[in-house]
Amino acid sequence: MSDNAYVKTRNERYEKYVKAVSPSTSPLRSLFNSFWIGGLTCFIGEGLGDLYALIFPELSVDMISNITSMTLISLAILLTGLGFYDVIGRRGGAGSFLPITGFANAMSSAAMEFKSEGIIFGTSVKMFSIVGPVIVNGVVWSTVAGLLHLIIFGRFGA
Amino acid sequence: MMWWEYLLNYLIVFAAGGLICTIAQILIIKTKLTPARILVLFLIGGIVLQAVGVFDFLYKYLGAGISVPIIGFGASLAKGAIYLARTVGFVGAFAGGLVRTAYGVGVAVVASYLVTLFFAPKSK
Repeated sequence: MSDNAYVKTRNERYEKYVKAVSPSTSPLRSLFNSFWIGGLTCFIGEGLGDLYALIFPELSVDMISNITSMTLISLAILLTGLGFYDVIGRRGGAGSFLPITGFANAMSSAAMEFKSEGIIFGTSVKMFSIVGPVIVNGVVWSTVAGLLHLIIFGRFGA
Repeated sequence: MMWWEYLLNYLIVFAAGGLICTIAQILIIKTKLTPARILVLFLIGGIVLQAVGVFDFLYKYLGAGISVPIIGFGASLAKGAIYLARTVGFVGAFAGGLVRTAYGVGVAVVASYLVTLFFAPKSK
C-alpha cells in the first residue's frame, strides 16, 4: 500500500471514530432542545414570580422580579455545584446559556474549575472569565443609554 | 384572572422564551459566532430595547419569556442607568445599571464562591 493510500484510509477511519465519539446532535434537534429548555427556564421564572407575588403581596413588582432572578441564579449555581447543569448545558445549547441561569452557570463553573489554582488567583480571578464581557458591555452601554436619555429628555420633573 | 388566562399566559411565556433561545441557537449554527459574542449581542439588544422604550411593552405580554433571557438583564441595566441619570444627574448614569442589577450579580458572586468551597469540580 502506498503512503498516500495509507494516509487516506487512516483519515477515513479517524473521521469515522470522531463521528462515533462526538454527540450526534443534528441542527434541527439542537434547535428543538434550545427551544424547550429555554422555554422551560422562562416558564419556571414566571411561576416563581407568581408564587412570590402570592406569598409576599406587600412587595413591589421590582422586588418580586429581583428575588425571582436571585432564586433562578441560586438554583442554577447549586445545580452547577452538583454537576447537573453540565447535563442541561450539553443538550440545551442557547437554551441553557442565554437565560440568566446560563450566566450563573458560566460564573460558577469557571470559579469551580480553577479552584486548584487557589481561592484568590484561581476562583476569584477566573469567576469573571466568561461573564466579564457581559458585565463590561452591560455597564458601558447602559451608561451610554442613561446619558442619552438625560441629554434628550432631561431630568424627571424638570 | 380565569384559569385559562393563566394557562395562556404561561404558554406565551414558554413560547417566547423558547423562541428567543432558538434564534440564538440559529445564530450559532449559521454564523459560527461564539456563545460569548451571542450573549453580548443579546445583552446590547436588551439595552437598546429598553432605551427606545419597547421593552416594557414586550414585558407586559411576554413576561418572564423576555426578562429571563439575557435581554432582560440588559434591559434592567439600561432601566437603572436611565432612572438614576434622570434623577441624580450625570454621575447617576454610571451607577444606575449596577445598582439595579446588584441583587442578581451579588448573589451570583456569593453563591459561586460558596459552591466552590463546598463542591469539588466534576471531571469533564
